[in-house]
Amino acid sequence: MSENLVQPSQTQANCLLSGKLYCYGDNVDTDVIIPARYLNTTDPAELARHCMEDLDADFAATVKPGDFIVAGQNFGSGSSREHAPVAIKASGIALVIAASFSRIFFRNAINMGLPILECPEAAAGIRPGDNLKVNLTEGWIENLSQHTRYQAAPFPEFIRRLMAADGLVGYVRGKYSFGPAEEAKA
Amino acid sequence: MTQKILAAHAGLKAVKAGDLIEANLDLVLGNDVTVPPAIDVFYRTGATRVFDRDRIVMVPSHFAPNKDIKSAEHCKKMRLFAAAQAITHYYEQGSKGMGIEHVIVPENGLVLPGYCMIGADSHTCTDGALGAFATGVGSTDLGCAMATGQTWFKVPQAIRINLTGELRPHVAGKDLILYIIAKIGVDGALYRSMEYGGPGIAQLSMNDRLTICNMAIEAGGKNGIFPVDQVTLDYIREHAPQAYAEHRYQIFTADPDAEYVQTLDIDLAEVPLMVARPYLPENGADVRQVAASDPAAIQQVVIGSCTNGRYEDFKVAAELLRGRQVAEGVRCFIIPGSQAVYLRCLRDGLLADFVDAGCVVGPPTCGPCIGGHMGVLASEERCVSTTNRNFVGRMGSPESQTFLAGVPVACASAVMGRIASPDELPALVKA
Ligand code: SF4
Repeated sequence: MSENLVQPSQTQANCLLSGKLYCYGDNVDTDVIIPARYLNTTDPAELARHCMEDLDADFAATVKPGDFIVAGQNFGSGSSREHAPVAIKASGIALVIAASFSRIFFRNAINMGLPILECPEAAAGIRPGDNLKVNLTEGWIENLSQHTRYQAAPFPEFIRRLMAADGLVGYVRGKYSFGPAEEAKA
Repeated sequence: MTQKILAAHAGLKAVKAGDLIEANLDLVLGNDVTVPPAIDVFYRTGATRVFDRDRIVMVPSHFAPNKDIKSAEHCKKMRLFAAAQAITHYYEQGSKGMGIEHVIVPENGLVLPGYCMIGADSHTCTDGALGAFATGVGSTDLGCAMATGQTWFKVPQAIRINLTGELRPHVAGKDLILYIIAKIGVDGALYRSMEYGGPGIAQLSMNDRLTICNMAIEAGGKNGIFPVDQVTLDYIREHAPQAYAEHRYQIFTADPDAEYVQTLDIDLAEVPLMVARPYLPENGADVRQVAASDPAAIQQVVIGSCTNGRYEDFKVAAELLRGRQVAEGVRCFIIPGSQAVYLRCLRDGLLADFVDAGCVVGPPTCGPCIGGHMGVLASEERCVSTTNRNFVGRMGSPESQTFLAGVPVACASAVMGRIASPDELPALVKA
């Protein structure tokens, strides 16, 4: 159950991402990303089956690994449920581009390695069906259909360190040394 | 204030907005939804013991009493972990001090002024009412913080909300925060700290402040925070007598020349009784306006949650419902936020008032607030609720509707069978 919940960041430098776009508006909240009625599970695959259910009933059936979500302001607003980025990640979404993210969603995504880019110009300019090429490390998005390029603000050094350590768990493992393992209790 | 608390907990003289810091935590909080995945994270860090068993709070409040086998398994996982780690503040259902996490943390004196705390629940910001820095995080943060006692923060910019004047009758903290969110929007305080001040705060009770800070997240805020004053000190003297006597709290004050990205001046007298229409908390308007434009029937009223589930809320509710009847066709749920609240309502006879009025009284739980159990809405149903979110599907069917309001409007609506202001209630004839 747990292993997939916090996966190391898969963000690779210069990786070329391209996929089908799912475009949404402002304030996509965690209750529509994964409705609370499914919070009695932490199984990523099951969460993915209900991802976006209350906003876009077709999402779970049509989404393919490598697809993108493009959204407006305040994506992921609402609850702190990590089930939301988990559901999105488990559904195969390779990247979420939004004009802005709610802060807890932002934090959860960084901590668990769901690639995100915050870029209002891209969120406003991208149309459904556009072809995109993205460089996550440098934060640029090339819109091949519209021949435009958008630049997201680069992540600060500390967050890049978190990402390089495969998320928060890796960072903590590297930074702290804990007591001997025989004390462990399950 | 927020910046000073963060600096102190990061061992720094000062911090500025945008700085990324690692801070020590005074308290770490989780519930039956967020703790189970955090336990896996905890072990994956390589840790075997929690950083401090006295500084972790675990509460089964969301799907407890367990609504199905899966939620029972989650609660069990948390219970076993809490026992293995000898977590001091694990609250079993039915035990003294148990309740909805954000109701019991202040009630049990677990948060003190000057604290820096996180909780894997977005409404952890409630505790800012006591002059603490409190913010919601995810399960990965929780798992790592249980291991290390630390976490990372980006220092937020601050919005100053300057309050003057006096609230009108029946108008309370809930109306004020809905009013503020209607003004600035659900992302109006995104990544920011909402810092309250001004002469108007003196008359706001701790209950009002807890409600106001509870919904900082509904404005996108990182935290809400009130300065420490006599109201705060009286509260901790009552709820944390030992910590109060030993002066284990710290008072931080905003500098007179503190920098704010935005200042909002609000005359409390201008705040009406509010209702926020579906599907965003920012859709708030004067109840009279909403009632006039939307006279359709409602099917459910919920009074409770971490927003309005404290004793003072039920006292107000009982005053309005005593001697009246819930309208036909309406189910009215009364859900005390904690065992202590429940007991006090019971002893003071409020629960009898509610049952007489035709309400259902439930045990302390989040229950219908997240559409979990004990009052889930069917399609086309409309609910007036004192909770904090009215998103699509939040309380049940995606085709249901939730209207957010304070306690007086919720009670009046229960009696009238439609969205109503307490002024519309027919006067009680004395027998
Ligand atoms: S009462 Fe509602 S908002 Fe509060 S903690 Fe429970 S589910 Fe969350």
